[in-house]
Amino acid sequence: MLEKALRGSKGYWVWLLALLAVIGVGFGVYLRQLNFGLGITGMSRDVSWGFYIAQFTFLVGVAASAVMLVIPYYLHDYKKFGKITVLGEFLAVSSVIMCLLFIIADLGQPMRLFNVLIHPTPYSMLFWDMIVLNGYLLLNIVIGWNVLDAERNDVPPPQWVKPLIYLSIPWAISIHTVTAFLYCGLPGRGFWLTAVLAPRFLASAFAAGPAFLILLAFIVRKFANYDVGREQIQTLAKIVTYGAIANIFFFLCEVFVAVYSQIPEHTAHLQYLFFGLEGHGVLVPWMWTSIFLMITAIILLVIPAARKNEAVLGVACVAIFVGIWIDKGLGMISGGFIPNPLHHVREYVPTVPEIMITIAIYATGFLILTILYKVVVGVKQETGE
Amino acid sequence: MNDKGKIIVGLIIFVAVFTFPFWYNHGSATQPPEPKLTDKAKKAEKCVEDTTYMRTEHMQILDEWRDTVTREDKRVYVNKSGKEYMASLSNTCMDCHSNKEDFCDKCHTYTSVDPYCWDCHTYPEEKK
Amino acid sequence: MDDSRRSFLKFAGISALGLGGVSILTGLKPGAVTAADTASEPLYKNTEKALTAERWGMVVDTRKLTRSLCDKMVAACHKTHNVPDLDNDRHTIKWLWTDGFEHIFPMKHDQYLAERLHGLPILSLCNQCNNPPCVQACPTQATFQREDGIVMMDFHRCIGCRFCMAACPYGSRSFNFRDPRPAIKEENPDFPTRMKGVVEKCNFCAERLAEGKMPACVEVSEGALVFGDLEDPNSEIRKVLRENYAIRRKQSLGTNPSVYYII
Repeated sequence: MLEKALRGSKGYWVWLLALLAVIGVGFGVYLRQLNFGLGITGMSRDVSWGFYIAQFTFLVGVAASAVMLVIPYYLHDYKKFGKITVLGEFLAVSSVIMCLLFIIADLGQPMRLFNVLIHPTPYSMLFWDMIVLNGYLLLNIVIGWNVLDAERNDVPPPQWVKPLIYLSIPWAISIHTVTAFLYCGLPGRGFWLTAVLAPRFLASAFAAGPAFLILLAFIVRKFANYDVGREQIQTLAKIVTYGAIANIFFFLCEVFVAVYSQIPEHTAHLQYLFFGLEGHGVLVPWMWTSIFLMITAIILLVIPAARKNEAVLGVACVAIFVGIWIDKGLGMISGGFIPNPLHHVREYVPTVPEIMITIAIYATGFLILTILYKVVVGVKQETGE
Repeated sequence: MNDKGKIIVGLIIFVAVFTFPFWYNHGSATQPPEPKLTDKAKKAEKCVEDTTYMRTEHMQILDEWRDTVTREDKRVYVNKSGKEYMASLSNTCMDCHSNKEDFCDKCHTYTSVDPYCWDCHTYPEEKK
Repeated sequence: MDDSRRSFLKFAGISALGLGGVSILTGLKPGAVTAADTASEPLYKNTEKALTAERWGMVVDTRKLTRSLCDKMVAACHKTHNVPDLDNDRHTIKWLWTDGFEHIFPMKHDQYLAERLHGLPILSLCNQCNNPPCVQACPTQATFQREDGIVMMDFHRCIGCRFCMAACPYGSRSFNFRDPRPAIKEENPDFPTRMKGVVEKCNFCAERLAEGKMPACVEVSEGALVFGDLEDPNSEIRKVLRENYAIRRKQSLGTNPSVYYII
């Protein structure tokens, strides 16, 4: 089926070449990082995880959100999602690949990556994260590819795929749960030390992922002339709405516990993020923008007339995606490190090289996504769906 | 489809590129270097183990030392004939083999291995 | 060769490389490895003069701390362990350092703190927790706990994921954001330096204990630091703890630090 990715319009090739150029530049910067060390980033002794790990966290969510298509389609037999489920699964594939690349970009000694396998350590959450992420990647490649291949040949997918599909449902939940466990199991990091972190991660994932998928569906319709269907998009929009509301609800639960209990170890981080602490507050405008975007989007989404207007829906989806990206991709990680365990406020701002490497990894994800979607659209058009 | 020509040309290019190192190095085999011993090493006559053994296994020994010293806190190596040495690259090996360039680097360069032991462990030239 | 690299090669197909490598090595000077070479297995043991304990611990007597004494102790530690002196604040490496009372004990925000403690430098180092969160977090066991309680770093194995730094509630760990060597003023040849990309921290001078010496900071502490076996009721450290009220940092987290502070 891959041959379908080899024939495309001029625009398709220009897009791929542009992505490759971005990747090339970013790779060059990465070589510099390898040579100099992570000192070229904005990370420090106090904020020891930065942009890379934050993007990783955000993208695990996007990957996990494929389950929001798999559940209706395979568990509830919502046949209409047949047109879009594989798009969700392939979005998961490219997201997980980006996650893995971000982890590698974040390592001080990437050549020693395999030490994680040579010295397996079951009490370390990172060990489990490696297992669930790679497992999820494999599951989605196998499922997506086989289902698509079967569709192309107009036969039902092989029997052995079915159990894998069912397995992929709890597995999707697990990837974001384990990712939350990386943070929420650490003593002395009050911001993350909350049982609601994993549910909140999932809720925000189920908003951001499908929101992005809706936007992708618009793009595919415009540029590849493949329509996943109005009703399908509306169903996704409802999923986004519930996810976004649940996310805000969980966030408010967190805020209540911290603010009402007034335990300084918990309130300090929220204070830093939303009001600034000891004169430091680079993230304050970002965090309020995030809240504003999410609330505006929720208002637009809960009004049926607004949601059903695809132009408005598009705006709402962008707002949700950006809002959650700020929340998880900017605030969530550095917010946990500021103030530091000794209660000093040392801020974090990503550097240009760090941002360039980040953009290159995103470009890699988009490259994979483009190729996979090209195959999907090719097959779908061939079968005349 | 009649792509026979293309396939054959492709195959020939592939084989040529793949075997390039053999062609390139053909007939230019260099003599293996002979590591130089310092006077101290010559006088000691024997390393922590036999020379032949050290020649092939020194990296395994160093690897073992590294784990036993760092992880098990056992810092003394008792060799096969019962003699004791401090298990330390910097303080035992490099003490005798203080000529890193002539002893270590020569063979490492020849065999194209690039151990990064010395990124952290000092060697005499650096002991200013 | 480095452990990680070797093991990686094992994964990546040692067979091909191994065959080539061995033949080159034996080719250096013909002579096969005979069975006799592996007849009696070599042994490893600890040095005889090594200091041992069931669980090492330290008491910091803040009553005896002064700025100059602290500077002396920090300098002794950092010199012994080749800790670089980096000008960029983000990249600092600290094994032993000082901070104010309110930072060392942020959970003890006393409104009316004894005047003596205002501005007094208090030593901070790895707490060598008995229940260390950093060991739990490390995905490669590069950070591990020895039987005598010392939480050690195996720099050879560290992949630089910095999970341990997120896990440590005391900010006791530093990461080599760059090659530390150029920033080491006077290299101590008896202790390795580190390379970029690995985490490091205080090791209770494990390498000095093995030689029968007290930790470097304790040696110059003029009695401000007491070091010994916490499990030995007859040790000096236990005597000091019996006779003085001492506190530990963030005790409520359950990490069970081995460093006590007499206030």
